Amino acid sequence: MRHGKYPLIITFLVPPLLLYGIFVLSPYLQAFQISTTNWLGYSAHADSVGMANFRTLWHDGQVWNAIKNNAVMLAVVPVLTIGLGLFFATMLNMGGRKGRAGVTGVRGTAFYRMVYFFPQVLSVVIIALLWREVYHPNNGLLNGALRAFGLPAPTWLGDPRTAFWCVLAVMVWSNVGFYVVLFGAAMAAIPRDIYEAVMLDGASRWTTLRRITVPLLWDTVQVAWIYLAIAALDGFILVQQMTNGGPNFSSDVIGLRMYETAFGSETKFGYASAIGVVMLFLTLSVAVLALRTGRRDRIEYL
Amino acid sequence: MNRREILRRTAAAGLLATPAAGLLAGCATSGGDDKGDAGTYKGTKSEQNPLGVKEDAPLEVVIFNGGFGEDYAKAHEAMYKEKYPKAEIKHSATQEINKTLQPRFVDGTPPDVVNNSGAGQIDFNGLVSQNAVADLNELLDAPSLDQPGKKVRETLLPGAVEVGSYDGKFLVLNYTYTAYGIWYSTKLFTERNWQYAKTWDEHIALCKQIKAAGIAPWTYAGKHPRYMSWPLIATAIKFGGPSVAMAIDNLEPNAWKSDAMKAAADAWYQIVKDKYILDGTPGLDHIQSQTAWCQGKAAFISCGSWLENEQAKVTPAGFNMTIAPTPSLGSGDKLPFEAIRGTAGEPFIVPSKAKNVAGGMEYFRVMLSKKGAQDFTKKVSSLTVVAGTTEGVELPFGLSTVVKALEASGSNGFNWVYNNYYRKLERELVDAACGEFFSGRSTPAEFLDACQKGADSIAQDSSIKKYKRAA
Repeated sequence: MRHGKYPLIITFLVPPLLLYGIFVLSPYLQAFQISTTNWLGYSAHADSVGMANFRTLWHDGQVWNAIKNNAVMLAVVPVLTIGLGLFFATMLNMGGRKGRAGVTGVRGTAFYRMVYFFPQVLSVVIIALLWREVYHPNNGLLNGALRAFGLPAPTWLGDPRTAFWCVLAVMVWSNVGFYVVLFGAAMAAIPRDIYEAVMLDGASRWTTLRRITVPLLWDTVQVAWIYLAIAALDGFILVQQMTNGGPNFSSDVIGLRMYETAFGSETKFGYASAIGVVMLFLTLSVAVLALRTGRRDRIEYL
Repeated sequence: MNRREILRRTAAAGLLATPAAGLLAGCATSGGDDKGDAGTYKGTKSEQNPLGVKEDAPLEVVIFNGGFGEDYAKAHEAMYKEKYPKAEIKHSATQEINKTLQPRFVDGTPPDVVNNSGAGQIDFNGLVSQNAVADLNELLDAPSLDQPGKKVRETLLPGAVEVGSYDGKFLVLNYTYTAYGIWYSTKLFTERNWQYAKTWDEHIALCKQIKAAGIAPWTYAGKHPRYMSWPLIATAIKFGGPSVAMAIDNLEPNAWKSDAMKAAADAWYQIVKDKYILDGTPGLDHIQSQTAWCQGKAAFISCGSWLENEQAKVTPAGFNMTIAPTPSLGSGDKLPFEAIRGTAGEPFIVPSKAKNVAGGMEYFRVMLSKKGAQDFTKKVSSLTVVAGTTEGVELPFGLSTVVKALEASGSNGFNWVYNNYYRKLERELVDAACGEFFSGRSTPAEFLDACQKGADSIAQDSSIKKYKRAA
């Protein structure tokens, strides 16, 4: 067998690596090259303009406005999603305190778990359409409920003060389910006797979460953080489908700017590539930062 | 072999693959340029074949699958095939014209006919400035297919050629003829004994009456508020004359802050101030607002003549929608009340690098034949740019009011094209300004400032090609 392993490994590895190289790496590299041209996308003609696109970008108020919105998402979405995810996962896995002895979830855990995971099964476009109807100012579920209680009914997606937050809320909503399952699985790996000991000591649920669960889940939380940070720097599909960046650019994001510049209202592919390159570096820096600042000692159970 | 070793070898394999990827980089912009004329289809020109179509050359047609569907195009293709039985026609329809065709334009192998329309429309400024569109002048001078003694040019409605012209070259065939105006339900107005108002003061008085009756006077596409820029600019043009539109199209300094635009913005601000707009409108998209209007929740809406077709499924029987021109500001208006914005829409192009340019133009000649145009009007109840093709065709109610309005408007009709020249200016900048204005967050002065700022940003952007029109 020893002699047969290289052909085998090569047969398995070369095709995916080639595909990855052609369809992932080469477009990335190409984006760098295109970002230094004034390519307009519908002919093969393009002049090199050096760093001009990046200089324009530096003074482009629309791009800065979009980056600002992504920055807010970056600050809010991971915190909210991980917070809610941890809370729900805790309740589902060790929230139950009544009845049988030992560590169990609240009543109806299986049902909740399914319900939370539901948004994960839907495609993002469906989620956006669904919520667009929920936020409908006159016939929507949300305003219907508010009216039933005699509360004022805002226009949600039609108001620059609320539109962005409405999209952000949907972003959190659609992500939480996945992290409930992820954290739940990680919690299942924590030895039960630790919790039993904590319970015997009379710790509250909050203390248990803060002092025991989170430190033991740290690796998973860190991964979640990176995923969510990357998602927060994107947000393109939800925004495009729900508000298309409006009203008055109040919910614009970098991804949408890039799309509009290339495919939407203009055909400036060179400039759009420059926006893409900036996005790549922003995402990379955020991921690296998240990894660096979150580094802690790994705990291994024996 | 342990895990570490596998990882190390994998990394090595990855390094080997990288140069291959590097070689591929640069391909996206490197195709097509030097292919030249080789491989294009040319036939011999004759009286029967004025455009020189090669009779067995294949023809590829890409249709935007939107409000008009694709069946009308299949009918046109059948007519082409009747004339050239040996030609093989490849038909496809998509809603994403830009994403589907962009690589083919770059590669230099675009289809022969493209219906560049819809939300996925390719920005014409970009297409035209890259010489990606064939000059259709030859088509205009070719004889009409079924109107003997007339050139194609002479069969078209006025304004049809101008809209598709860039720097004097006719590049885009806009096939439909669209009127833009204010719509109301004849049924609702007869029941309530309301009269459509011809002056702005009367319009405001009528709005008051409508509101008192418990109906919102207005609604609009809150998520695409540019729909409201249409009646506002129309009001200004009727007040100040067609030069108002020309200044805007030519990006003249302070074109948006002309006296006429100020008067129009001040007038329209009244419906915002007096809360004559349906609650929640800023949160509705075009379909949602049009549906609320069809349900009788609002009396007026601004739209083009595609409205009837778009709302066909939800319009109650007997609703009888009617188009009307914008009310006059006063007796000092340069254009009469009847003047309405009529323009050719639904753009078709033949890419300049298409294999069968002559065939593409011949396909347009089929579309512009009396038979082709009548078939289109019957199938999708929309007018075409071919004059006199509604004779003998039974039109739905709304479309018949469009025909009447266009006739009454006659030579007073007007249009603007800045939205074709600079898609971003209307779709993003004026759109956002309208959203703020019609939801009451900005004053008329702030609204015009925002539009002007948008126009200035386009004017100052040296990467955008500028076009001027003289008429």
